[in-house]
Amino acid sequence: MNNKELLNLIDITVSFEGFLALNKLNLNLKKGELRAVIGPNGAGKTTFLDVITGKVKPTKGEVIFKGKSLVGRKEHKIARLGVGRKFQSPRIFENLTVKENLEISVTTPKSPLNLINKSIKDEQLNEIDRLMKIVNLAQKVDSKAGSLSHGQKQWLEIAMLVGQKPDLMLVDEPVAGLTDEETDLTADLLKSLSGENTVVVIDHDMEFIRRLDSNVSVLNQGTVLCEGTMETIQKDKKVIDVYLGRPED
Amino acid sequence: MSLSKIKFDKKIVLSFWIILIALIIAAPTLLPVFRLNLLGRYLSLSIVALGVDLIWGYTGLLSLGQGIFFALGGYCAAMYLQITSSSEFPNNIPEFFALYGVEKLPFFWEPFRSPFFTFLAIWIIPALVAGLIGFLVFRNRIKGVYFSILTQASLLVFFNFFNGQQKLINGTNGLKTDVTQLFGQMVGSESMQRIFFWITAILVIAAWFFAKWVVKGRFGNILIGIRDDEPRVRFTGYNPVIFKTIIFSIAGGLAGISGALYTVQSGIVSPQFMTVPFSIEMVIWVAVGGRGTLLGAILGAVFINYAKSLVSEALPASWMFIQGGLFILVVTALPEGVLGWIQGDGPRNLLQRFGLKRKIETYPSLEVNNKEGNNE
Repeated sequence: MNNKELLNLIDITVSFEGFLALNKLNLNLKKGELRAVIGPNGAGKTTFLDVITGKVKPTKGEVIFKGKSLVGRKEHKIARLGVGRKFQSPRIFENLTVKENLEISVTTPKSPLNLINKSIKDEQLNEIDRLMKIVNLAQKVDSKAGSLSHGQKQWLEIAMLVGQKPDLMLVDEPVAGLTDEETDLTADLLKSLSGENTVVVIDHDMEFIRRLDSNVSVLNQGTVLCEGTMETIQKDKKVIDVYLGRPED
Repeated sequence: MSLSKIKFDKKIVLSFWIILIALIIAAPTLLPVFRLNLLGRYLSLSIVALGVDLIWGYTGLLSLGQGIFFALGGYCAAMYLQITSSSEFPNNIPEFFALYGVEKLPFFWEPFRSPFFTFLAIWIIPALVAGLIGFLVFRNRIKGVYFSILTQASLLVFFNFFNGQQKLINGTNGLKTDVTQLFGQMVGSESMQRIFFWITAILVIAAWFFAKWVVKGRFGNILIGIRDDEPRVRFTGYNPVIFKTIIFSIAGGLAGISGALYTVQSGIVSPQFMTVPFSIEMVIWVAVGGRGTLLGAILGAVFINYAKSLVSEALPASWMFIQGGLFILVVTALPEGVLGWIQGDGPRNLLQRFGLKRKIETYPSLEVNNKEGNNE
């Protein structure tokens, strides 16, 4: 295996009672890469994330992350290995403040003893300040996360993801429900994160994907249909068929 | 329904404590011994309620089996008292053993000859049992209604087991403590009961501080996170199983202490502590007082039980209806309990409804709490 490769999905098959959500999916990610994953509804985009993060166990196939197999590991163990995930709808802890949300994400080690015994480290507090500035939430430190607007919640969750310092960030529909301006800012933010981090973005929004200016993998019916730059895939006949519908056979 | 982490005004908390401590100090002189003893019993129940609030109010684990741990604590305390007071009985073992032809103290009771061991056992044994049950349940990701059903089923298992063990723990008759001796005094005597009242009062306050310490920082935030969105906690790298096991174990330990204090003040421990309604009542105290407030658990336990005894004296058959009505009222009208309602602008909304206060046109934080808003 190439040293630079961070994640390899090898022949992943996920079967839900006979229905193949993923079908022999192969995908490789290099360190520092920004990768967009698109596909029509039901193509298996979210299942693909579920397999990497340990929520769904593949029926067949291997997930290799930093040279280790992730199959069969518990979700929190995978997260500790360095896989972070942002969910489709913003999932933040609404009854906690913005700061408390970020504390949860930056805290290490994540053991009960550490949490109950010790107060948060200064460097972690600095990290929280830095994150809040990046996502423009510095004024909302002590507000309940539940009182934030939808866009702010999306950003808080992205900040929580960054705070976890994962090697691999899996971002599921980060711009759903955001304004155009917020969408642009999010695209810039994700681009700035890649290089140091490896980022996988899943989305429907073509404009947004175009702005990311990254390699794109198109999923369809649980398998990778095509990979390449935005230009290449837009010209690809198979992709056009899937997205625009095939003329009557 | 969103249940917020309620932060009380310092003033409210402080005034509450001043009133509470004043009442506790005044109670032994103001109240006749009978009433004082009742108050002591209800205060001891507030410790088990604190545990229920930790697991249910904060962590979202609705346990209907806290009676198990409550009873375990009670049995530990009662057996110690029976053993130390058994010198004049045959074989120097508690009197009831003779009824069933038992001539030797069952081996697992042997360590209970030691007061030091008993003192630890009262809270460690229930905590360990809770930890074990909790770990097995949580590891298998059983939650929600299934968790509640499972805890209630465990309660019934314990209840039936304890009922049937005449030779070990006097079965359905339970263990009496009021005629036993402690430090040369009769446990049921007036002076001893006064001492137990003081011990209870101090332990309630200590338990409150302990619970407060547990939930105050990041640990408490993780508990709330588990309550609101457990998978999210997991994907952030925390193992919810450990956190839930710890908090369930803590609640078990608190239940044990509570049970021991309740036993010495009511004079007996029996499998009746493990009946289904009693464990459900514990949940009602917390629901009425206010989930996730700690203070509400204490107030709920003491006031509901005091009301119960007063109502039962006046109108013997009506308490069950009142308690049921109270629960329905809280569930429908005050989902965050009385304390949650007070803190969550409930009184102001009520006054507005009767036209006694101006309605708020924009966000409350802009109009009413302007000063507080600036502080943030």
